[in-house]
Amino acid sequence: MIYLELLLTFFRIGMLGFGGGYVIIPLLSSEIARNHWLTGQEFADIVAVSQMTPGPIGINAATFIGIRTAGILGGLSATIGMILPSLILVVITAHMMQKFKESTLVQSILKGIRPAVIGLIAYAVIFFASMSVVTGSLFERNLSLELRGLVIFAVILVLTKVKRIHPILAIIISAGLGLLLYRF
Amino acid sequence: MDQSMSRLRKVWILFSTFFRIGTFTIGGGYAMLPLIEREFVERRKWVTQEEMIDILAIVQSLPGIIAVNSSIFIGYQVARIPGAIIATIGLIISPILIITGFAYLYINVQDADYLQGLFIGVRAGVTALILLAGIRLGSKVLTNKFSWLVAAVSLLAVWIFNIHAGLVILAAAVLGFVVFGLLKGDKR
Repeated sequence: MIYLELLLTFFRIGMLGFGGGYVIIPLLSSEIARNHWLTGQEFADIVAVSQMTPGPIGINAATFIGIRTAGILGGLSATIGMILPSLILVVITAHMMQKFKESTLVQSILKGIRPAVIGLIAYAVIFFASMSVVTGSLFERNLSLELRGLVIFAVILVLTKVKRIHPILAIIISAGLGLLLYRF
Repeated sequence: MDQSMSRLRKVWILFSTFFRIGTFTIGGGYAMLPLIEREFVERRKWVTQEEMIDILAIVQSLPGIIAVNSSIFIGYQVARIPGAIIATIGLIISPILIITGFAYLYINVQDADYLQGLFIGVRAGVTALILLAGIRLGSKVLTNKFSWLVAAVSLLAVWIFNIHAGLVILAAAVLGFVVFGLLKGDKR
């Protein structure tokens, strides 16, 4: 049955995909090639749509592939399959965290992890900036500022820091400014 | 955490908040961080700043989608398994509807050049939001030379050396265990 097949395939991807969308896409690609669910061009389109529409890339891709393969029920089977491993593993981890959080072992581990996470957040800033505020690459020595992106960055920085606007409003303003500034 | 609030009310807030997060985040896990921080740390105070950082570490170390793992973790912390399930449904409901529309209407976004500006704009805005969230969380954590060093090495590891974030967190966990567990433990 195609629904069960989709559910199991996406369960496996959900189980193996460490690190979100950008790791899950290559996994999806090999599964799709193996099952002959979609052509290469269709898959490329799906990845593009998944990155450009709201929501997690992995969920978007699972829903899209499921629908193209077996309709709405297919989309639901794929999405549920993708989420189930997370649901099991994260609930167990969250439960353990609540139980053992105060233990000296967990506390010492967390003291090591927390600054590392700050480093990862800094990388996320660089990642998003490299697709909007700057163009080119630092390593290839062709880095240059993207003026319009920089303006939007500065506007949102000031509005959020000074006026404390909500992040959702900030995203809407960013989208509007982007549409406006890049029209010409 | 506010104990007086009924569980049903909490579950509703989880659903509606993650619904908004799912509707307005483009670009994956880290783009959600400013929204989660504003709603659950600052506004509801259901999650402390330290917990937010811990959750960010845990959801990246486990398999699965970062955004989904975050909704499950926060949902569970607030209202157990029903909370985890409802928060996740809230997160994915509008992406699923939007994608279903795309899948049936055969809309081709790649041809829509005028939308490029929208995506560049959103990324530029998200850069500012993550920067501010990072500074707030960082000021809580980066309090001595050790923490600055770990943060800098982690940044270089993922940025320059392309090391997987999960491995960086694992290494930092071992380091924390050795430095704060074993070494400090011996001194007692």
